[in-house]
Amino acid sequence: MTTPPKSNGPIIAVDGLSVGFRSRAGAWLPVLRDITLSVGAGESIGLVGESGSGKSTLALAMMGYLKTGLHVLGGRVDFSGIDMFAQDRQSLEKVRGGRLALIPQNSGQSLAPNLRVGAQIGEALRLHSALPEARHAARVLDLLNQVRLPDPASIARRYPHELSGGQQQRVAIAMALAGEPEALLLDEPTTGLDVTTQAHILELLRDLARETGMAMVYVSHDLGAIARVCDRVAVMYAGEVVLEGTAAQVLRDPSHPYARGLLASIPKLSDVCLPRALDGRPPPPGGAGDGCAFVARCAIATERCMVDRPDLSRLADGAKTRCHLPQQVRSIPLSGERNAQQRQLPAELSLSLGDLAISYARPGFFDRLTGRDTTKVATVEGIDIVLRQGETLGLVGESGSGKSTILKSIAGLLPPLHGQIALRGQDDLPPRVEDRSAKHLRDVQLIFQNPDESLNPRQTIAQILAQPLKLYFGLSGQALIARTTALLAQVRLGAHYLDRLPSQLSGGEKQRIAVARAFAAQPELVLCDEITSALDVSVQAAVLELLDDLRRENGTSYIFVSHDLAVVKALSDRVAVLYQGRLCEIGPTVDVYGPTAHPYTEVLLGAVLEPDPDFVPSLSASDVVELSPPARGCPFQRRCPKRLGAICDQTAPPPKTFAAGHTIWCHRDDLAAPQLS
Amino acid sequence: MLSMLMRRSALGLITVWLVSIIIFIGVEILPGDACTAFLEREAQGLLLENCRRDLGLDRPAWMRYGEWAANALSGNLGVSPDGQRQISELVGYRLRNTLLLASGAILCGIPLALFLGIVAALWRDRPFDIIVSTTAIAAMTIPEFVSATLLILIFSVWLGWVPGIVLTSSNAPLAEFFPEVLLPIAVLTLVMTAHILRTVRSSVIETLASDYAQMALLKGVPYWQMVFRHVLPNALLPTINVVALTIAWLLGGVVVIETVFNYPGLGRMMIDSISDRDLPVTQAIALIIASVYVGVNLLADLLTMVANPRLRTAHLRGK
Amino acid sequence: MAVTSTYRRAGPVQRFWGVIKDICSRPSGAIGLALVFAHIALALIGPFIVPYEYTAMNAAQMLSQPSAAHWLGTDHLGRDTLTRTLLGGREAILVTGIATPLAVLWGGLVGVFFGLVGGRVDDVLMRIVDAFLSLPWILKMLVLIVTFGTGIEVLIPTLAFFYGIPVIRIARAATHDVVARDFVQAARARGHGRFTIIWQELLPNVRDALLVEGAMRWSWMLLAFSSLSFLGFGVSPPTPDWGLMIADARGFMSFSPWGVIAPMIGLSSLIIGINLSADALAKALGIDRAQKAPV
Repeated sequence: MTTPPKSNGPIIAVDGLSVGFRSRAGAWLPVLRDITLSVGAGESIGLVGESGSGKSTLALAMMGYLKTGLHVLGGRVDFSGIDMFAQDRQSLEKVRGGRLALIPQNSGQSLAPNLRVGAQIGEALRLHSALPEARHAARVLDLLNQVRLPDPASIARRYPHELSGGQQQRVAIAMALAGEPEALLLDEPTTGLDVTTQAHILELLRDLARETGMAMVYVSHDLGAIARVCDRVAVMYAGEVVLEGTAAQVLRDPSHPYARGLLASIPKLSDVCLPRALDGRPPPPGGAGDGCAFVARCAIATERCMVDRPDLSRLADGAKTRCHLPQQVRSIPLSGERNAQQRQLPAELSLSLGDLAISYARPGFFDRLTGRDTTKVATVEGIDIVLRQGETLGLVGESGSGKSTILKSIAGLLPPLHGQIALRGQDDLPPRVEDRSAKHLRDVQLIFQNPDESLNPRQTIAQILAQPLKLYFGLSGQALIARTTALLAQVRLGAHYLDRLPSQLSGGEKQRIAVARAFAAQPELVLCDEITSALDVSVQAAVLELLDDLRRENGTSYIFVSHDLAVVKALSDRVAVLYQGRLCEIGPTVDVYGPTAHPYTEVLLGAVLEPDPDFVPSLSASDVVELSPPARGCPFQRRCPKRLGAICDQTAPPPKTFAAGHTIWCHRDDLAAPQLS
Repeated sequence: MLSMLMRRSALGLITVWLVSIIIFIGVEILPGDACTAFLEREAQGLLLENCRRDLGLDRPAWMRYGEWAANALSGNLGVSPDGQRQISELVGYRLRNTLLLASGAILCGIPLALFLGIVAALWRDRPFDIIVSTTAIAAMTIPEFVSATLLILIFSVWLGWVPGIVLTSSNAPLAEFFPEVLLPIAVLTLVMTAHILRTVRSSVIETLASDYAQMALLKGVPYWQMVFRHVLPNALLPTINVVALTIAWLLGGVVVIETVFNYPGLGRMMIDSISDRDLPVTQAIALIIASVYVGVNLLADLLTMVANPRLRTAHLRGK
Repeated sequence: MAVTSTYRRAGPVQRFWGVIKDICSRPSGAIGLALVFAHIALALIGPFIVPYEYTAMNAAQMLSQPSAAHWLGTDHLGRDTLTRTLLGGREAILVTGIATPLAVLWGGLVGVFFGLVGGRVDDVLMRIVDAFLSLPWILKMLVLIVTFGTGIEVLIPTLAFFYGIPVIRIARAATHDVVARDFVQAARARGHGRFTIIWQELLPNVRDALLVEGAMRWSWMLLAFSSLSFLGFGVSPPTPDWGLMIADARGFMSFSPWGVIAPMIGLSSLIIGINLSADALAKALGIDRAQKAPV
């Protein structure tokens, strides 16, 4: 990934930088503390951290930019010898977007909605390129080609909102490249993108770095992405760099307790067990105290760690760590030990879905007048799934796969077009939640993705938990308080949370309340709609452990929806793979993630990144985002790298059964051969 | 996009139709009718019955509505109670005079509001902004008749620059209305500008804080280029709607102004006709005003659709 | 991230005072609240502190200049201007003070209900509301006033009815925003009934927007009330009212300006006070308000 440096010395040099804001009380609270970091020419460095670590602030500071309210408290940032915080506006304008370019997190929001994409790239050229104006139009097309956008002429004429997320991100990269930068700052550029899209963009970035010899600063919480793109990695915690080294050093065997804990809390495809949760939360700005910022959560902390803030010290292998006890760090395990998958399941049925079809489109007033049927191609179709009691079924797929839609239908919020939903084999569930009996309502509970949204901001925790208890069991008074306290204890939260408002809780705590609320009904089946996706990486593990505990105690069945294949693998007994609302594959986890697979599953699994710098993903399909399923035939026909021919377009693929309970819907006969590298 | 245009136009027409029904119902609930007004004290017994039969007032309401609506569509708004003159003729001059006021206010107000709002937003919280914003709030919250009276006091009574009352008759040629029309237009402009200015200012401030505005800065776009190319086109989109709303408000606000200045416009006529129970005139004026309102809103919707790239292409993506 | 400490949530009374304190911490809010309370106090104790009866006419003293006996002079019927100005807000505050909560209540409930119902019923309703709003307010109100008279028993329901209609739109928009949020879907999925959802989930979240809107409604209503009085369709003489006073004294502005200036100050100060308070209230409650033209 590296080419010989163009000049001597680092291209970006951060020296003792401290950045902070003034609190209401007048004290200065630091967001970055004494950061010293350098990026060599042509080098790719990753900044890893969770929310609140200051990584984005650091990346933007390298451009001499701070968000409103933040000020430099000390130190300096040099780009190519230029002191970025000492420049006037004109000088900064020359550098930014030209020699030093930024690729923002959410390109959809960062591209001007009123200008065509080609015009925006052209603007970058006008500002920073030495090319004569007449050649700009051609150069725009060149750049779009370089970022591997098909049909650049058509893309250049479009507005940002007409492009998909992946396309917008590529346009942002093209815009950054227009100025032929010496260094590129990337602020979580693949967050929110599909797995396959993310993998393709990362490959693009790798190749660009190689071709152009640019330096890259890659900010992310995703260790897999960092592993793929970066030579060196710096881990940040509470505004400090706590570990710095090569990608192999930091990601395979980190010498800092936080980095080890972080690595252990991430679900990986290669793991068998649930990830290990990292308890506690990072301190707020200014709350770190005199000692090490991580001391409250550290497994090997001593008295000294509480009062003496460690400096970044160099280890024998060249890595730098901010810890007093780097030798003992190895005692912290890098993975979990609890196995959530079950071998033996009771035979009783919990939920059965029979030929379920759902559509979001509702005929509008004018459509009804003209007799147009907008429900011809259903959003979801042909879902036949059987769930046994106590089983965890994972539903995976990318955006548009219909997995959340299916959950909504089971919950009664979105009546299906046709099909049956039945509990315990024979108890049919009415399609609309308003028609369901109290028992039905209790038996099926739904937990939402975003805990900020799923809890009423005006109700206290006590009121939130009381709602299902009052509704289903008619509890009140002392009995009610006792039960809500017991619920809190079940999710490992103390009774003092009862009087609080959701805004006073962290994301992880709020999600636990949502889980508690679901379990208040003593349900048979809990539907989890991406419940870990909105949480910080290290917090997700805690929620997964909680779900596993509750299942062991109550025998609840789960349907666990997620786009994160590693998370699903860790928790589920069986997995179903969906594409454009149709089933591609279903079976025991071990089999679905094994070598025999539907072509789409192969594509998905191939795109998942492991936090290992030597890991190479296999990308077989393009990252085109499809808006709607084809009218007939296999749903994957347009992207399948193993497409047979016309039969895939015309006929729906038949189910083929492999090992017990493992079914794949495909026309091909050669799926049993190992295909994954 | 054509289908969206047609849809909006159809909805606009439906709104005007609904309005006409509301007006008709509103007038029906007023006690008395053309006959009681005409016959006054003799409105009783056989005389009343005959009058009603002659004028067709004994027919069921929906029939009378239908006839009125059909006539209105063809431009015939009926005759005045004494049967002498066409209402459309009476109303015509008044409408022209009111349009003089309204267009004066619009032509002065909109550019002024845009300029002041943008400048206030770009130099936010500086003295200029504080003065402009405070004046705008004052102009918005103080009733128009108060502002009008205050301006008359200052500019007519104390300074004597312009006349404080309009003495020109309704059907005089437009040129004769100057300089009497200056102060009314000034008051209307003041209130209009205040409303639009506030929206422009907050819209520009919001857009300045947007992700893409910040990205433009981080791309090295010079400040003023960012303002004119990235910020203003997006910030001014929502103001189209506010301008339409304000123009619509103008139709109501002009009533008070016309009363204060004794201006022979449509608003004054409306008040007089209600007080005099002159129902056909009331109906006619209400219909005109409502149609203008709906028309202006429709225009604003269309302009927004044309100017907003997102809406223009929405139908293509099936959203 | 949120800092969880041993914070206990304050009770309703404490939260109310918290909001008041927040408003007062901003200079504009403090001024606004002071003006509003001053006017309310004046309305209550006015009759007990004025030097004259508001009907007391003194033919010899018509349109006199400010003097020791009449601090602001007299009007065209010889009545003391100061007295009439101090009392001029009573009727306005009474009428609008009752009509505003009524307007917000009825508009809010209808708006929330139809925002929930959605579908075609909601569309049809909004068409009717739009049609209604396209008529100038004066016209609508005059129709009712001319029919039923100008007593306060007509003015209060009329103002409440017409000024509740824009509240329908706002309540409906706020409801749409809230309904789309997950916690309402979660309540629906649990099987709560529609009215429970309105009461427990929606109203507490819509309440703040309605409060701020209510404050603004009050100021628009005062504007309308005084305009009506000015045109002669509101308060009847000899009741003192600022709008009516300005109308009466207009003709004599050139030699007796106080007859016009005094009620102007009274009216403007109250309306500005309400607006400043509403603005500060919105900031204290964290509501983002877009400016709209008055209806």
